[in-house]
Amino acid sequence: MAKGIHIEGLSKRYGSGDTAFLALKDVNMRVEPGEVVGLIGPSGSGKSTLLKCLGAVIDPTAGRMTLGDDVIFDNGWKVRDLRALRRDKIGFVFQAPYLIPFLDVTDNVALLPMLAGMPDAQARARALELLTALDVQHRAKAMPSQLSGGEQQRVAIARGLVNRPPVILADEPTAPLDSVRAMAVIRILNEMAKRFETAVIVVTHDEKIIPTFQRIYHIRDGVTHEEAGEGRALSPP
Amino acid sequence: MISLAGRDILHSWGKFIFTGIGLGLLIGVTLTMAGVYRGMVDDGKVLLDNSGADLWVVQQDTLGPYAESSGIPDTLWRSVRIMPGVADAVNVTYLTMQVRQAERDVRAMVVGVHAGGPGIPGWPPYLLAGRQITRGHYEAVADIATGFTLGDEITIRRHRYQVVGLTRRMVSSGGDPMVFIPLKDAQEAQFLKDNDAILRQRRSTAANPQFNRPAVPGLLEAVTASQTHNPSVNAVLVRLLPGVSAHDVAEPIRRWKHLTVYDRPQMEAILIGKLIATSSRQIGMFLVILALVSAAIVAFIIYTLTMDKIREIAVLKLIGTRNRTIAGMILQQAMVLGLIGFVVGKISATFAAPMFPKYVLLLPIDSMLGFLAVMVICVLASVVAIRMALNVDPAEAIGG
Repeated sequence: MAKGIHIEGLSKRYGSGDTAFLALKDVNMRVEPGEVVGLIGPSGSGKSTLLKCLGAVIDPTAGRMTLGDDVIFDNGWKVRDLRALRRDKIGFVFQAPYLIPFLDVTDNVALLPMLAGMPDAQARARALELLTALDVQHRAKAMPSQLSGGEQQRVAIARGLVNRPPVILADEPTAPLDSVRAMAVIRILNEMAKRFETAVIVVTHDEKIIPTFQRIYHIRDGVTHEEAGEGRALSPP
Repeated sequence: MISLAGRDILHSWGKFIFTGIGLGLLIGVTLTMAGVYRGMVDDGKVLLDNSGADLWVVQQDTLGPYAESSGIPDTLWRSVRIMPGVADAVNVTYLTMQVRQAERDVRAMVVGVHAGGPGIPGWPPYLLAGRQITRGHYEAVADIATGFTLGDEITIRRHRYQVVGLTRRMVSSGGDPMVFIPLKDAQEAQFLKDNDAILRQRRSTAANPQFNRPAVPGLLEAVTASQTHNPSVNAVLVRLLPGVSAHDVAEPIRRWKHLTVYDRPQMEAILIGKLIATSSRQIGMFLVILALVSAAIVAFIIYTLTMDKIREIAVLKLIGTRNRTIAGMILQQAMVLGLIGFVVGKISATFAAPMFPKYVLLLPIDSMLGFLAVMVICVLASVVAIRMALNVDPAEAIGG
């Protein structure tokens, strides 16, 4: 049974005619459940475009994407409700945590399952379970402004995981953190990926965390190539 | 499901409360303006109610006695009184002037009431303190809005009057408080010339050979005597017998007495439709401007509040929040802002109304209409912010 996320021949063109610009060229990618891969490349290489395509935020021009058992894109979206696809099948972790400032930690995490129709109590219980796994359960009632940067990022990871998506897209999740906290975030992502059988794609520039990936996709001028990473062991917390 | 709007409001309650107070003061001004208009209409109605009349008999082809000047002989009331269906007919004069009391003067409508007593048309129907006028001269009953107190001595033209009674809500259609004095005194105040003018007229009459004829003794004295007396009143107030049609009584007076007669609906139409028509339009314009300003302010506030949350909205859209949830959040916030504003506005208008020099009448129906208008304005004002929020690209949450 196919799991994780598989991409074949994905391309994205902006504009048309003389002004057309091919941002992604025949991108192939495969991330298995429980795996954390790095996506690295210089500015303007197409990282964000690829992330937006994977996140169903923009429309790829051509190619095929499989998420879990479902073909979600095959030279056109195969899913009618992209909003529901993003809510139920894709977890997002951003460069900054972007927590909703007027919701407490629990509700920030529980919001997604609630939006998906889960009863409030059940959603909050699931949120608390994740917060416990990420060791921030003691801040469950705190507001985002009362958290440290590391705690905020862990809450953001919990929000990304709460709907048990087959894939998590992490956009520079360690950028604002020092090396100790950055390594902690990567360790958490690895643990969660294994625990919840989730495929994690981490877009990063961060030299500190690149050696931790087993596999890395380099992207330059919209073209990706895969190479083995160092897979350096992560020290325990 | 969490109420996103409610949580946001609780989180930044200070911003909402202070913005709501600012908006509320504007709404308070709007409600007060509506109250000023209602007060003007009510002033006109109480003027008619308090007169106790069913018909107003005035000079032919005039809109008297309130909207235009009217002068009719003070003997006419007798012929009106004996007409079929008439219960009572009395003379009355109205004169708006400055009434002096000690060092100050007050704008008031001086009403000359026919001899008789309480219960006849023109008299103040009730008193708060003191007594009604019992003497033929130099006593007055004043509305408390004049600021006069019992025993005060007031000056009207060249005579002094003692305030013997106080009444309330006896006002002219312009909102000026009334001062009731005996009819004869009021006639003198309104029609009698000053001494110098009388002397000048006497000299002029004596110099006129038409009036000063040595062959006709007593002619000059008779003419000068008639010039010092003006037997006019402004109107005759008529009260009808129960069950008698106003039209049936008014028509013969019009036809045979060559006078103009107004019944209650006609007089109300004159007061509200003509006398305060310009003021009504003026207030209407103010209400429109205030409504537009309120809408612009609510729209601006909601737009700004939404702008502050652009990143959060992008994140919400990215993680799969439906458009209607986001639109509902903005709409609810606009309506809560309107609700806070309305409550503050209603409270401020209620407390401010008695401080106004003229009567401000805040009717529950106006409050209800005002509330509905505020809600509609808030809904319309939130449209701009909702459109902006729905146009936010979820990709904005992703860097690059």
